[in-house]
Amino acid sequence: MSRLDVKKTYKLFIGGKFPRSESGRYLPAKSAKGELLDNYAHASRKDFREAVVAARAAVGGWGKASAYNRGQILYRTAEMLQNRAGELVAEIARSTNVSSAKARQEVTLAVDRLVHFAGWTDKYSQVFSSVNPVASSHFNFTTPEPTGVVIVLAPDEPSLLALVSLVAPVILSGNAAIVIASEKFPLPAATFAEILATSDLPGGVVNILTGKRAELVPHIATHMDVNAIVDGAGDAEISPKLQAGVATNLKRYADHSSADWFSAKVEDPYRILDTVEYKTAWHPIGI
Amino acid sequence: MKTKLSKISTKRVVATSTHAVVPLKDRKLNFGNKWDFAPAPEDSKSYVIASQHELFINGKFVAPSSGKYFESINPATEQKLTTIAAANAADVDSAVKSARKAYDKVWSKMPGRERGKYLYRIARIIQEKARELAVLETMDGGKTIKESRDVDLPLVAAHFFYYAGWADKLKYAFPGKTPSPLGVVGQIIPWNFPLLMAAWKIAPALACGNTVVLKPAETTSITALRLAQIFQEAELPEGVVNIITGAGETGAALVNHPDINKLAFTGSTEVGKRIAQSVAGTKKKLTLELGGKAANILFEDAPLDQAIEGVINGIYFNQGHVCCAGSRLFVQEGIYSTVVKKLRDRIQTLRVGNPLDKNTDIGAINSSAQLQKIRELVQSGVDEGAELTQTQCALPAKGFWFPPAFLTGVTHAHRVASEEIFGPVLSVMTFRTPEEAFERANNIPYGLSAGVWTDKGSKIFKMVNKLRAGVIWANTYNKFDPTSPFGGYKESGFGREGGLQGLGAYCRLD
Repeated sequence: MSRLDVKKTYKLFIGGKFPRSESGRYLPAKSAKGELLDNYAHASRKDFREAVVAARAAVGGWGKASAYNRGQILYRTAEMLQNRAGELVAEIARSTNVSSAKARQEVTLAVDRLVHFAGWTDKYSQVFSSVNPVASSHFNFTTPEPTGVVIVLAPDEPSLLALVSLVAPVILSGNAAIVIASEKFPLPAATFAEILATSDLPGGVVNILTGKRAELVPHIATHMDVNAIVDGAGDAEISPKLQAGVATNLKRYADHSSADWFSAKVEDPYRILDTVEYKTAWHPIGI
Repeated sequence: MKTKLSKISTKRVVATSTHAVVPLKDRKLNFGNKWDFAPAPEDSKSYVIASQHELFINGKFVAPSSGKYFESINPATEQKLTTIAAANAADVDSAVKSARKAYDKVWSKMPGRERGKYLYRIARIIQEKARELAVLETMDGGKTIKESRDVDLPLVAAHFFYYAGWADKLKYAFPGKTPSPLGVVGQIIPWNFPLLMAAWKIAPALACGNTVVLKPAETTSITALRLAQIFQEAELPEGVVNIITGAGETGAALVNHPDINKLAFTGSTEVGKRIAQSVAGTKKKLTLELGGKAANILFEDAPLDQAIEGVINGIYFNQGHVCCAGSRLFVQEGIYSTVVKKLRDRIQTLRVGNPLDKNTDIGAINSSAQLQKIRELVQSGVDEGAELTQTQCALPAKGFWFPPAFLTGVTHAHRVASEEIFGPVLSVMTFRTPEEAFERANNIPYGLSAGVWTDKGSKIFKMVNKLRAGVIWANTYNKFDPTSPFGGYKESGFGREGGLQGLGAYCRLD
């Protein structure tokens, strides 16, 4: 007698917890051959708004954590991902029908990318800050600091590597992210959420929603408590709508959809600058 | 001196008291007429303003294809200064074409060192003509000669000098990257610092190898067109900078022109949002420097007399027509009554009147429309229960004037606590703890600037960390420098102007 497998429903990741969609909706994840793999939660507008609340709550503590501490936590996510690489390799392979070797390449690159960006937490502000030689008798310096709540739209493929490459430069400076996962292959993102949940990353710093991008986009664009959007999906229909959202509250918009996710060029500290604000402080020099 | 707005006197009132003993809290400094100075007007007769101004396209002054002109007046006298060409969509198109040609054929190919030399040359000519430009700026915009001569013009020249030097050093500004120009840049600037904003926009754009189509504000176009003559004198290749004058429609035509690679706008948040909407779905890059409602936070341990001067400068500098004006004053409770008394006495000594007089502190409001807006917002403050204190001073019979004022008893719900007045009006509120101060300072959609006054260093760093604003002045206010980046958080816009960071807005990085 063959044993019957236990199936799970993949859930959302909001504020460090794994809720189902409040809407009660779910979608079936299918393999490249069209076989049902598992069901996953279909995030609603309300789920998205809950995620913004969780992210906003997380920004304070995460942004205040020392750069050293954020670096260690990001490095911890790399450790956890390495440790559970096999699980993700299998998830990617069964979802996307790539070879295990290709899936393994994606996962190991994702690990290396986390290690790379973990090291930037206490360096990027040294590279991009300045002490400005003003002509008057003042001490004047400019430093970058996190903008706040950032929405990250992951492309469909590579479902894990692109997500990791997009999220790491956003959160390393102290932002909190809400990721809209690959629509075509949502399961690797949902599995990655389970890894993040056990990696010392405070709840709410990364939130991952699965479902339909087009349905969430109008709410992302018009949300007044979102500071920035990093668009890795680059959908011809969706991207202009996200850009138009800039007009609601002047949220920042960056497009990285044309990246080659397997290339080392993605390890670019200038991407950190998409989601920071430069602050300049002045003080007189005198007695 | 507390008056209802409707009763604001325009005549000088010498404070007199009928009481034998005035209670201490009501005592005021009585300057009588001792504060009157003999007139000291800057010479304006030696400078001739042409009776008609054309568009500056492809290195030449050309008549607008619309055939239309609008009047530009001196807001201090309401006298017509000149007529200025109104550019329509066809004019905008020819300006963009000229900029594109100059970009393709000349400017993008020129070595950075040579571009830099043009900018140095422009900076020098501006220095030579600084007094003339200052006088024109004052006549056209209403700002005091003291300010245009001592603040605006030195900064204009300094900006060109600073960015001139970057032109051949761009690779050092972006470690690990190869910078290249973006192409044709459309720039729209406001009326509060006409030449300075032109310098902030044009200098970095040219240093990075872009060509420019600039639209100055409708009420303050004269000095931008004078700058065009300076470009001619500097032999800047034709089409590298084009200046098109006109109102909102001209700006919209520029924003929507398909051959623009980048737009830079300084102005209101409302218009900035409209521009962001227009740009959505295009490949145009965008930077916005928009409105503000800065908190100036005054702690009990501040050096009080310095702080009062900083508060005065923070809000009344340039008639309050400053996007980073310290228009919300948060005073720690223990010193509230002292601060209000000092403010009341200090504003009485501010001289309002002829902007060309070298002793004038507060010039004319830029336009009748702006004066109406200031009056309407101040009236809303009074209607909502705030108390208005305003100087009593004689005002010229003609022109647009608003004597410096502050409102006390303001709560967060009042319009004057959150809306940008863009005039010489301060909203005064109180707080108890540093946490309350930064929470309330941040509780607003804007985030351009903030001020902190305290003698305690650790408190300054705490506040600098906590305030969500792009520029924070500690124990000083309204200081600017070409090496220092300027720009806002949240709805005050995005991108920075000035400094090394200001180059990023005008370069493509590979």
